[in-house]
Amino acid sequence: MTIEISSEASCPDSSGRPDGGNASILLIARILAGEKHLFHDLVRPVERAVFVMLLMLLRNEADAEDAAQEAMIKIYRNLHSFRGDSRFSTWVISIARNEGLARLRRRASRPEEPLEPMADESSGDFTPALLTDWREVPLEALERKELGSAIQVAIAKLAPIYREVVQLRDIEERDVQETANLLGITAGAVKVRLHRARMMLQKELIPVMKNHAPRKRGIFGWRG
Amino acid sequence: MRIDCHHVWEHISAYIDGEVDAELRAEIDRHLEHCEICSAVMDSTRNVVVLLADERVFEIPAGYSQRLHERLTWLIEQEPPGVNAI
Repeated sequence: MTIEISSEASCPDSSGRPDGGNASILLIARILAGEKHLFHDLVRPVERAVFVMLLMLLRNEADAEDAAQEAMIKIYRNLHSFRGDSRFSTWVISIARNEGLARLRRRASRPEEPLEPMADESSGDFTPALLTDWREVPLEALERKELGSAIQVAIAKLAPIYREVVQLRDIEERDVQETANLLGITAGAVKVRLHRARMMLQKELIPVMKNHAPRKRGIFGWRG
Repeated sequence: MRIDCHHVWEHISAYIDGEVDAELRAEIDRHLEHCEICSAVMDSTRNVVVLLADERVFEIPAGYSQRLHERLTWLIEQEPPGVNAI
């Protein structure tokens, strides 16, 4: 079996996150030395990020879960190739992304599957929705499922090149350089895509977010 | 330097990420003080960014982790790690 691992620039871990640095390297050394069951502990911190990455790419929960399992199997079978020159989670995400992209290519080769529109970086409306009566949506509003669903739908509508950047920068909160390394693009391209994606999301989500903002008290009492 | 609304919109994302220089930040701040529309656009975009980072947006399917680790347990029993050469 061959595996596609994107070439990553060196990205030493300086985040202090539990998924990076010496802790992962030591755990991997023990797994390779025979403590195989520790693989569960190694991947638990990254299993959510793997699923979300694949959901972003494949836009289907069942496909994302299947691809996540396949990606984890590839990670286990190729564990010895992790050299620690990037964070372990970065390496994992690059493998998951390659698994997702391979599935998208297979999907595209089937005529019955609708193709996602190709991203066009040179065109599009990236101006924000204009408004004046903005009231912040509290995070508690996410307890109500419809806001979370609306955000997911809005992200799914983005072209893949924007969706990936949103996932890595705003959902996983990776830095610009790490995102650029993972996607094989420049830091400048990451910033441009992220800006455009945020403008598109702002425009798409304004009507939904307004419904979840606290009501404003008017002269005659509360109004929506 | 005086900046207009379009100029502010072009830099919203960089402003939120703290990636504009001090001079431009000061200009944008001055503009936001008197422009209700740009203030609302800035705040709503920042709100989108904050919401995206919340784990509640993406719910993982029930049983995902259990199914994953069951498959990994089966794999681990079958073979040692690192059997593939890239």
